[in-house]
Amino acid sequence: MIEFLLNGQIEKLDQVDPNLSILEWLRTKMRLTGTKEGCASGDCGACTVITGTPGPRGSTCYQAINSCITLLGSLHGKELITIEAFQQEPGHPVQSNMVEKHGAQCGFCTPGIVMSLAALHANRKEGETSNGQILEALSGNLCRCTGYRPIIEASHQAMVEEWKPDSDHPAAAMTNRLPAPELAGIHQESFTLNTPQGTRYDSPVSLEELRTLRREAPDSRLVAGGTDLMLEITQQLRTLNHLISLERIPELQGCTLDGNELVIGAAATYQRFRASLCELWPAFDAMLDRLGSLQIRNRGTLGGNIANASPVGDMPPPLIALGAILVLDGPKGERRLPLEAFFQGYKQTTLQPGEFIHSVRVPVPEANETLYIYKVSKRLDDDISAVLGAFRLTVDNGVVRACRLAFGGMAAIPARAAHAEAALTGQPWNEETLQTAMTALASDFSPLSDVRASSGYRLQVAGNLLRRTLLASTSLPGEQLMVTDYA
Amino acid sequence: MRKLPLNTPAPAHSARGLAGHSVKHDSAWKHVSGQARYIDDMPTPEGILHAAVGHSEQAHARIVSMDLDAVRQYPGVIAVITAKDVPGHLDIGPVFPGDPVLADNIVEYIGQPVFAVAATSHEAARKAAKLAKVEYETLDAVVTVTQALNKEFFVRPSQTQQRGQPDQALAQAPNRLSGEQFVGGQEHFYLEGQASLAEPTEDRGMFVHTSSQHPSEVQKLVAEVLGLPIHEVHAEVRRMGGGFGGKETQAAPVACIAALLANATNRPVKYRLSRPDDMIQTGKRHDFYNTYDIGFDDDGLILGADLMVAGRCGNSPDLSDAIVDRAMFHADNAYYLDQARVTGHRCKTHTVSNTAFRGFGGPQGMMIIEHAMDDIARHLGRDPLDIRKLNLYRPGRDTTHYGQTIEQHVLPELLEKLEASSDYRKRRSDITAFNQSSPILKHGLALTPVKFGISFTAKHLNQAGALVNIYTDGSIQVNHGGTEMGQGLYIKVAQVVASAFQVDIERVKVSATRTDKVPNTSPTAASSGSDLNGMAALDACEKLMAGLTEFAASHWSAAPEDVTFADNQVQINDLTMSWETFIQSAYMNRIPLSSSGFYATPKIHYDPKTGTGHPFLYYSNCAACSEVVVDTLTGEYRVMRTDILFDAGRSLNPEIDIGQIEGGFVQGMGWLTTEELVYSNDGKLLTTGPANYKIPAVSDCPPDLRVGLLPNSPNREATVFHSKAVGEPPLMLGIAVWSALRDAVSSITDYRFSPPLDTPATPERVLAAITACQASQEQHKESA
Repeated sequence: MIEFLLNGQIEKLDQVDPNLSILEWLRTKMRLTGTKEGCASGDCGACTVITGTPGPRGSTCYQAINSCITLLGSLHGKELITIEAFQQEPGHPVQSNMVEKHGAQCGFCTPGIVMSLAALHANRKEGETSNGQILEALSGNLCRCTGYRPIIEASHQAMVEEWKPDSDHPAAAMTNRLPAPELAGIHQESFTLNTPQGTRYDSPVSLEELRTLRREAPDSRLVAGGTDLMLEITQQLRTLNHLISLERIPELQGCTLDGNELVIGAAATYQRFRASLCELWPAFDAMLDRLGSLQIRNRGTLGGNIANASPVGDMPPPLIALGAILVLDGPKGERRLPLEAFFQGYKQTTLQPGEFIHSVRVPVPEANETLYIYKVSKRLDDDISAVLGAFRLTVDNGVVRACRLAFGGMAAIPARAAHAEAALTGQPWNEETLQTAMTALASDFSPLSDVRASSGYRLQVAGNLLRRTLLASTSLPGEQLMVTDYA
Repeated sequence: MRKLPLNTPAPAHSARGLAGHSVKHDSAWKHVSGQARYIDDMPTPEGILHAAVGHSEQAHARIVSMDLDAVRQYPGVIAVITAKDVPGHLDIGPVFPGDPVLADNIVEYIGQPVFAVAATSHEAARKAAKLAKVEYETLDAVVTVTQALNKEFFVRPSQTQQRGQPDQALAQAPNRLSGEQFVGGQEHFYLEGQASLAEPTEDRGMFVHTSSQHPSEVQKLVAEVLGLPIHEVHAEVRRMGGGFGGKETQAAPVACIAALLANATNRPVKYRLSRPDDMIQTGKRHDFYNTYDIGFDDDGLILGADLMVAGRCGNSPDLSDAIVDRAMFHADNAYYLDQARVTGHRCKTHTVSNTAFRGFGGPQGMMIIEHAMDDIARHLGRDPLDIRKLNLYRPGRDTTHYGQTIEQHVLPELLEKLEASSDYRKRRSDITAFNQSSPILKHGLALTPVKFGISFTAKHLNQAGALVNIYTDGSIQVNHGGTEMGQGLYIKVAQVVASAFQVDIERVKVSATRTDKVPNTSPTAASSGSDLNGMAALDACEKLMAGLTEFAASHWSAAPEDVTFADNQVQINDLTMSWETFIQSAYMNRIPLSSSGFYATPKIHYDPKTGTGHPFLYYSNCAACSEVVVDTLTGEYRVMRTDILFDAGRSLNPEIDIGQIEGGFVQGMGWLTTEELVYSNDGKLLTTGPANYKIPAVSDCPPDLRVGLLPNSPNREATVFHSKAVGEPPLMLGIAVWSALRDAVSSITDYRFSPPLDTPATPERVLAAITACQASQEQHKESA
């Protein structure tokens, strides 16, 4: 049985289809149709809802998520807030300002936008909410009618207004963040959802349980955020017979410094590890702004991005450039390997039956070391990379002492550019060396042409990203080198 | 009615929310609270079934055999139908034949529906539809517009409009340039996918809830596929979650399939398309291949032009004849072409039949002349804005290549104003200086006009009906043929009605568009929604007013001119009474409180044989100035600032109009920049969802966006309160972004040269243009 709060009311569900998304459940079982399906792939945000997850320090963390690609089973112990919580006038400041500024035209994307902004409103700090924060909050909400300007204006105004709901308002908990008393008594143990059709969903709460489950069912699929896995259900119409959720295993959620390494749990979401990682390696910050949307980053996990083994996943290239170590766990115990050795071929990894990713160990920077990450895609927000280049350089007195150059989108797997690395290493960091390295890239890669980019573009851009790195490493502070440098 | 409602009139006050006020959208609160109901949100009727279709897997093939056993046996499946199960007409082509509701023997695009399934759940229907075994005999497929053009493979005959002797003018011109461009298509990406709910009624009839811009056509086509008279079918549209032209003809097949399955099972059937099915199955904006050959004097004044526009129509005519016509009508955009020939081809390809999309071919046609404007400027070393201004239609140079005289010369003044308010000249020189000192990032600036013809080019569509009912509490209900897709048509028409009676907007309710209230309506399209339906509603109001005035005059012994309606009151000489008291009197005295209204656009005509006429009542005008920054390493770019000046005439609702302008601009920008439809060589659409088809997201909105309405510019034609249309024209303001990208790229050559920049101008295409400029500059340096 799973238990959670829906708009302040406890829901106890015995029979749950393990493949059922929150959106499907809301719309078809509960007939709560305010939450819309725009794409069922987590790309448009019309289905945005808010989840409240009890945090470690007793306060609830409210996040906007895509309900179309989140499993109902993941809600156990959480609060779920939908647009139906906001149907009493005068409504939330976000709503009144959306009305005031003509922020809705056809209205179909609007409930999702209201939910994204209500989450931002709940999480905003004292003082002014920046334009960047508003754009971040809306990065996963597509609107086809307005062109966004009135929505952005409504957001700014809403963020400076207080929301003081009555204590019995279905979303009142968002204003005080206190743990919901209704959830205090519910079980914290592992559970299994079964259906007569033989589908199954396990939600273990310890590593030991996970190991056992994996050993017994090596064909099971692991699900953390589910931001990619769910597409098999919603887009390819597959039934995933056995899912094991990693969401409730504390050891996999962590993000802690261990000596000279930052250890990020496989099931830590982007939002969870972002601050710690960016503190060590600030280059991740700008890239993470463009990795998926906020809804995706609220659910997506590092382990998922790696295990997915996509050639265009954005985390592996920089982690490979950093020489990150992957920690796997499984029937034969723990083993460690360099991340780059994990990827074998297109969507193929060295993960053995019964194994799972435990964590990733990221080294801290050493002297004269800089990491550069450049993502290139058609659209700035929420787009999959055509090319992503991640370059770790140690430059000492103008000479490249060491370098690791890793790319996404250039091969069937995220991969290093061995020839280009050789061309740089030990050489003066200048135009001539750059030219040699750019030429060498052609020996490293023969990328594919696909919907995102042609082979020729990928090669040309990969070389130009090296040029940008040279420019960046010699630029003056505040010098604008990229279009994203403009606010 | 035995007893009248209690009547407690409010004190007299000026009526609120009349035409000209920025009243909020009538569904605004419902939108923001999730209470606005779309098709898939309606309570499901008892016994409802869900539909899905099986897709053709080949672009062009003969169906040899179709084994549907596995589909029928899938749990939950109730019915499976094919073309031979259609009781009435199979072909649902809106204008010309060519669109079988289910493929009959031959398939003509990948994704074409070949059979339909009804099952007890949406999931079951979709899963079952994947289980068919269809054997095909592959036939030769034509996929691209140029393949079709080379083979002269057309869905409709080509057309030419010609004035004077363009060949002679071109041969004698002191300067002559030619060029070609590919202009990409566009997926509508309305957030609400296509959806329809069909419920069987008595007498084998059908009630169809549809998300359609054209309920009358849905009604007619459903009747036809079922073999029923039209009066047995009702279609209703409360609202759409976006339309943009994509629900003008494309909603009908969805409704017809739902109705066929409902008819076959005698149960209600809902058919809503998943996003990938919607993108694969339904038509999009036509992509075009265009060429120009232009002669001009040393100032850049055009002396002669030979323009060719060729649209990829897909597998059937659909609306393509009119769409390519409109491309031809707009190949001049805002410029006097002098001696001119415009040729338009309707290319047939074995891909989904392309359809209406905001602008309806106009944007694609304009692209060729705007391309030429930039090229002429580079050739002469002039600022492109000067070339544009020089060639604008003006008194004396005011007749289009199809013979219509421009009567309202708005653009010369509008461009001057925008040039000043956007600080164009200062920014131009700042940008030139910046680019000289910035090796990697380049800025670009462009100011481009739009002149867009208002009226359907199919003359008979320029008519509208309305029904206005006044009830005995003084509340008013309006129904008209227009549909609400977010553009605010309902509130605008309500404002017109409130203005007619001088009562508060709250008294007026526009109800869902229904074919049994107002029949034989035209699609809500061609930017005509307010012009047509506003006038029809006004006509109904005027008829009611005439009756009410006559009643007041005779009942209270006054002259008709002494009866006035103002401030929610009626004044008859010295007698003043509230609106509702007056209406109750009228009712008690048996005066009609309901009237229909009608409007037919005057003055318009066009003869396709001669390629001349007066197809448009008037032109809508606007202009945009956009500044971009481009990264010459990757081709990535951002729009930094956009200034827009728009002539909405005497706007019915300025804020609603600005919403259309901004939204249209961003949609047009998306069309020309990030929105890329990619097909495989064998005709399969590869971009089937928002993961790889990228419409503008929030960060793409220019951080500095300044939109103004041109003041004091009432429509000189007798449109509703002298307003002007606003739906489509702003889309073409996105051309300023494309032209600014070309400008930024051209800076690499010191503005000597500007390579073609096909659209969508993705970072990849921009980088290719940059590379071409760099090569040209190297050559230039070497030769210097």
